[in-house]
Amino acid sequence: MQIASDVRSGATTAEAEMASSLEAIRARNDELNVFLFVDEGGAINAARRVDERVARGENAGQLAGVPIALKDNLCQVGVPTTAGSRILEGWLPPYNATVIERVLAAGAVPMGKVNMDEFAMGSSTESSAYGPTRNPLDPSRVPGGSSGGSASAVAADMTPMSLGSDTGGSIRQPAAFCGLVGVKPTYGLVSRYGLIAFASSLDQIGPFAKNATDAALLLEVIAGHDPMDSTSLPEPAPSLVSHVNDGVAGQRIGVVRELYEGADDEVVAEVERAAAALRDAGATIVEISVPEFRLGLSAYYLIAPAEASSNLARYDGVRYGLRVDAEDVAAMNEATRTAGFGAEVKRRIMLGTYALSAGYYDAYYGQALKVRTQMIDAFRRAYQEADLLLGATAPSVAFTLGAKSSDPLAMYLSDVFTIPTNLAGDAALSVPFGTGDTGLPVGVQLVGPGRSEAQLFAAARVLELADGRS
Amino acid sequence: MTLPDRWEMVVGLEVHTELKTTTKMFCGCANEFGAEPNTNICPVCLGLPGSLPVLNVRAVDLAMAIGFALHSTIASSTFHRKNYFYPDMPKDFQISQYDLPINSGGYLDLPDGSRVTVERAHLEEDTGKSTHLGGSGRIHGAERSLVDYNRSGVPLVEIVSGPDIRSSAQARAYASELRGILIATGASDGRMEEGSMRIDANVSVRRPGDPLGTRCEIKNLNSLRSLHRAIDYEALRQIELIDAGGTVRQETRHWDESLGATSTMRTKEEAEDYRYFREPDLVDLVPDPAWQERVRAGLGAMPAQRRATLRARLSDATSSQLDALEVVVDLGFDDLVLAAIDAGIDPTLAMARAANELASGIDHVGNLTTEAFTTTLAMEQSGELSATQAKTVLLELLEHGGDPRKIAKDKGFEQLSSGSLGATVEALIKQHPEEWTRFAEGDEKLAQFFIGQVMKSTKGQANGKAVIAELQSRR
Repeated sequence: MQIASDVRSGATTAEAEMASSLEAIRARNDELNVFLFVDEGGAINAARRVDERVARGENAGQLAGVPIALKDNLCQVGVPTTAGSRILEGWLPPYNATVIERVLAAGAVPMGKVNMDEFAMGSSTESSAYGPTRNPLDPSRVPGGSSGGSASAVAADMTPMSLGSDTGGSIRQPAAFCGLVGVKPTYGLVSRYGLIAFASSLDQIGPFAKNATDAALLLEVIAGHDPMDSTSLPEPAPSLVSHVNDGVAGQRIGVVRELYEGADDEVVAEVERAAAALRDAGATIVEISVPEFRLGLSAYYLIAPAEASSNLARYDGVRYGLRVDAEDVAAMNEATRTAGFGAEVKRRIMLGTYALSAGYYDAYYGQALKVRTQMIDAFRRAYQEADLLLGATAPSVAFTLGAKSSDPLAMYLSDVFTIPTNLAGDAALSVPFGTGDTGLPVGVQLVGPGRSEAQLFAAARVLELADGRS
Repeated sequence: MTLPDRWEMVVGLEVHTELKTTTKMFCGCANEFGAEPNTNICPVCLGLPGSLPVLNVRAVDLAMAIGFALHSTIASSTFHRKNYFYPDMPKDFQISQYDLPINSGGYLDLPDGSRVTVERAHLEEDTGKSTHLGGSGRIHGAERSLVDYNRSGVPLVEIVSGPDIRSSAQARAYASELRGILIATGASDGRMEEGSMRIDANVSVRRPGDPLGTRCEIKNLNSLRSLHRAIDYEALRQIELIDAGGTVRQETRHWDESLGATSTMRTKEEAEDYRYFREPDLVDLVPDPAWQERVRAGLGAMPAQRRATLRARLSDATSSQLDALEVVVDLGFDDLVLAAIDAGIDPTLAMARAANELASGIDHVGNLTTEAFTTTLAMEQSGELSATQAKTVLLELLEHGGDPRKIAKDKGFEQLSSGSLGATVEALIKQHPEEWTRFAEGDEKLAQFFIGQVMKSTKGQANGKAVIAELQSRR
């Protein structure tokens, strides 16, 4: 990362980089509504600490002086953290998420918290209680979601990288809409400690950056076992940056029909072109079909809301965040939750509560778990035919604000290609490849088995080069 | 209590025991009773957004120890979330075990020879503790509710018995025996008054041989006395209801200790749907054979076996000794007593001192070494110390530890048994010539008179046997 090496060598300072980030944020934040909170004081302190490390001749870290934007569902000590919800307005976490500890230790400079769909439930960042974020490439369009703020921060050059979270596509889809590399790591590769949970068995934190190399660097920094997360993989962070230029020669890459069928023609065309580019780079392209992927969306919309209905129970007005007083505790809980949650969150809490209820569990949640097992088996079979899978990230390019916000099902379909990976716990990324008819970026998706991040980055790099990116 | 003719009660108990771990079940906060409210808390046990649980392996050790002691099958298990809203539950769900508990099946044999089956003994976390101010002291109608989250996340094991219990006395015996086992395994301190062990009782009644009646669950009984009383009350209530032509409704009931009565908390229709599902933040708990064996090998003898061992050493056990036996084993003094008997101490004396003096100083018993206990009793037995003096020495040993001979010397106990006692007796004989004459002529009752006088003048420091010896030598 150029900024980090310049800061380490003294060619620039962390404070100067921080100041130019701040300037970029100020220039467009009113228009785009990316940052919910700009942590100017914290950023200055963090930058100065990096500069002091450099001055003392110490290693200032892999991300020395690199400004970074943090999705607002990552807990940071003393920094307002709302998860895009009214119900957490004013809450100041007393602890740092593990990923924040790790980026700070690597010398990154957190600039503040960026917008998201409320509790990460959405695909456009329109369900935020703090208003929608606009796509920096075309402000009439959405940046995708739920990590729309994280994508927009990088796309608007406010920060060179950012962290988001991906439960059903919430990193990959906004990365596609904003022309970035966005990674959903293998489940357990990155600690979830300090990530405000949406659906615990699906949530993963991951990086956004302008290219595969920077995304790999950021993932290397945040990955690796964390004793605070029982689901964290028991191994140290893998080496990723050193594999970015490994290429794809000899790799079998499966173009999966179910991962692009039904997408807009402009998207399908780029998937086909990406397959050709990978073939040109020495990969073997195989066409495969995994019919089980079609079941992903339905299973996801039972499993994720079920977990969410439990994860979001704690927002009851008793201990922190919003409280709407009423005559007794139960009425206070109800009034608080009625006022504090938005429509989409309420819809999913209702769905999830229903799916877990006595008499319905087997038909809904239980059935969805079986589908999830089938999905995992289907991936396993697919990986016998191919090392990596290729498809579209989203069915379309960035859509206009309001286009789907009144139709939940249409919105849910935005994630149809990304959801299967979350259900299987596998790794995937979105890399920009070409532009559609309107000149907006298209993202293609590369999917691999657990711990295949190094191969995914190498394939993404091949596509970047084929697409004429540096 | 006996039930009216041709009625039988059927009782099953759910015993919740707090595990005596250093830290809580899913975080590093101290697990201690009685700290300032809300001081042993962190993001995890407060359920703050983003926090995650990590299982305390020591809690698993203790849960398995309980399983071994109850002859349960120990297996791979999973954690589930039990979802319901309550202000003292920070996440509004409780992490518990559901269809795959760590311990399944098992039994507990009671001193009367009956056997109660155990259905399961599973791990779960405790909630915080609510205090409701104003109104009845319960949440409904309270003016304010205060919550202390120090208890939130304390590890619990819930032991569920089969519906095998047929009387309140048997229920009490089961709870008492279980308590002894929990203490013996090191899983719990068994302090019911501190809430370390809380009991829910499922009670129904029927004509013997009939199918099970509709049961009511009485929540949160926190003493053996309450357990006993509540079960009797509830069984009689149900019988009277049925005799009057009514039917028992399945419901959860609250026991009011001061009223001595149960009352409805919630009916079956109002019962929560807990929406159990696998806790996605935890992985499966798979205690491998080596781990299980390590726990099993570390287990000491259970109370029944320990009672039998001690009983075998009491050659002529009186009923008071048998009562003492329960107390001594319950409090874990049996090893002390056995060591004393081995050293030649009269079992009756050793049992009496353990069941009385040591029991009263239970909190300090760590200060007392086996050697000090045996030495003190040997001094008492040989007449070097009077019973009162020996008790004084024991209390001092419990309080501060130390060498019993030095304590006796420091308190001036030694002289009394030799020369100065003789002088005292001599003086009293002169003061009471009439009584002395009668004693000298064979009226043995007068010995008690002189002992009383000696005790009075020595403020109880004299040894009764030594006094008699002094008197006899002058007869």
